[in-house]
Amino acid sequence: MNFDLHALRNLSVNGQVALLFVILFGLLLLVSAGILVYTLNETSEKRRERNVQMLRDLRAVWIGAVVFWLAWMSGPVGATIAFGVFSFLALREFITLVRTRRGDHRSLLLAFFVALPLQYLLVGLRAFDLFTVFVPVYVFLAIPVVSALAGDPERFLERNAKIQWGITVCVYGLSHAPALLLLNLPGYDGRGAFLLFLLVMVTATAQIVQELASRKLRRRPMVRQIDRSFSFRAWALGVLAAALMGAALFWITPVDPLRAAALSALAGGCGNLGELVMRALKKDAGVRYWGNRSSVTGAVGLLDRVAPLCFAAPVFFHAVRWYFI
Amino acid sequence: MTRADLMGLLLAFIARLITGAQGHWKGCPPKAEQRIYFANHQSHLDWVLIWAALPRELRACTRPIAARDYWTSSPFKQWLTSAVFNAVYVSRTRVDDQDPLEPLVDALKAGDSLVIFPEGTRSNKDEPKPFKSGLFHLAEQFPGVQLIPAWIDNVQRVMPKGEVVPVPILCTVTFGVPLQLLPDEDKRAFLDRARAAVLDVRPGRA
Repeated sequence: MNFDLHALRNLSVNGQVALLFVILFGLLLLVSAGILVYTLNETSEKRRERNVQMLRDLRAVWIGAVVFWLAWMSGPVGATIAFGVFSFLALREFITLVRTRRGDHRSLLLAFFVALPLQYLLVGLRAFDLFTVFVPVYVFLAIPVVSALAGDPERFLERNAKIQWGITVCVYGLSHAPALLLLNLPGYDGRGAFLLFLLVMVTATAQIVQELASRKLRRRPMVRQIDRSFSFRAWALGVLAAALMGAALFWITPVDPLRAAALSALAGGCGNLGELVMRALKKDAGVRYWGNRSSVTGAVGLLDRVAPLCFAAPVFFHAVRWYFI
Repeated sequence: MTRADLMGLLLAFIARLITGAQGHWKGCPPKAEQRIYFANHQSHLDWVLIWAALPRELRACTRPIAARDYWTSSPFKQWLTSAVFNAVYVSRTRVDDQDPLEPLVDALKAGDSLVIFPEGTRSNKDEPKPFKSGLFHLAEQFPGVQLIPAWIDNVQRVMPKGEVVPVPILCTVTFGVPLQLLPDEDKRAFLDRARAAVLDVRPGRA
């Protein structure tokens, strides 16, 4: 390979980030062109359905990439607000699907209009110590208090557990993504976007490879009741693919290839397990998809797409920070 | 663009942000025909939700019904109902020589579409209360106007009675197949059929 990594490392931070986005959008354009040509073929009904699904996923990827770019361009404030909005939409979708009662009203207001903005405010201020404990300690204790004050003892523990879980996944988990963007590591100032980019790339890779592997391998499913395709071997292949992707992208991280691979394997593995947990949750709520097709809520299907990230981001963030500080 | 238009856009945006306000057109397409939408009524937000679920070009000619004594009691309420929503005012206190449906009849004669809640009041039960007779009289007088049943789902979770701040939870408005008043159909029979039509478009029912 005639590719001079030292020259890349010697570019200014902004130059590197610009290069990252040029590569990202260049790849996306190529993939989009390929998919658009592929979808011109509408010979059968099944094919047409798959085309629609493909174009929808492609649009989601484009929106994600543009949001990522806008978040980077607008600095800490923009990034925090963008992910805050994602958190809001994901939590809205989650709460719609778990049955809440009238007595939960005040707790839900606390979750949406106090806990969520405060968590993202802490990210924006880079107050990472308080950020790490705000939801697990303070919100955890505040929600049942508000709930008890509403005076409805019916299924009290269950209702509180559901709200807590929603906040932890949709708000706490996802808020680690902008935190990565804003994390200032010694000798790695201003390159947080690379870490977030790496995280998104490796979780996506792990997800896609696991999906393909489980289709090809046709192993006996481990947990048939929850997911008919999940097997240990497919999961391990996903983790391996994430590790390889991480090693290939090591030059954008502050670490060597081996450690980049380890971090990526961790993120990919967590993301895929997170997806499995979401499947279980969907089965419990009685829907096949979060999205529009279930016609239960008319939700936009955002939760499905951010779920792996919600699980991978906190672990990845903690691992990076633990390693450096 | 006037201030009222901006207020309308703002309210529709808030409704979308909080509830999604998804319109599912199961039984009919969203078309600019003269229509009477009739729906279940569980919350103060019902009207805003139906209105936000309509395509923007239909909002201008689709009007709600508002109680005159309450909605004209302050300049802001008056402005909101008349300038933003173009509401049809009705009086709740009956005057002997006046037909309470007269303002609605005038609006339909002018070619506008209406949204009515035939239960007459908000119900906090799961199923709607028996329908009041207004819908029947309007159907009788305006056979050319389409009657569209609609079910508003989940809205009681957004803002239960007695609360003022809404919780973000996704809601849908499902529009069903247009209803016809059959020749010499009895008033009660028609109203029961209309109520059944509303229950029929409820999501989760086969």
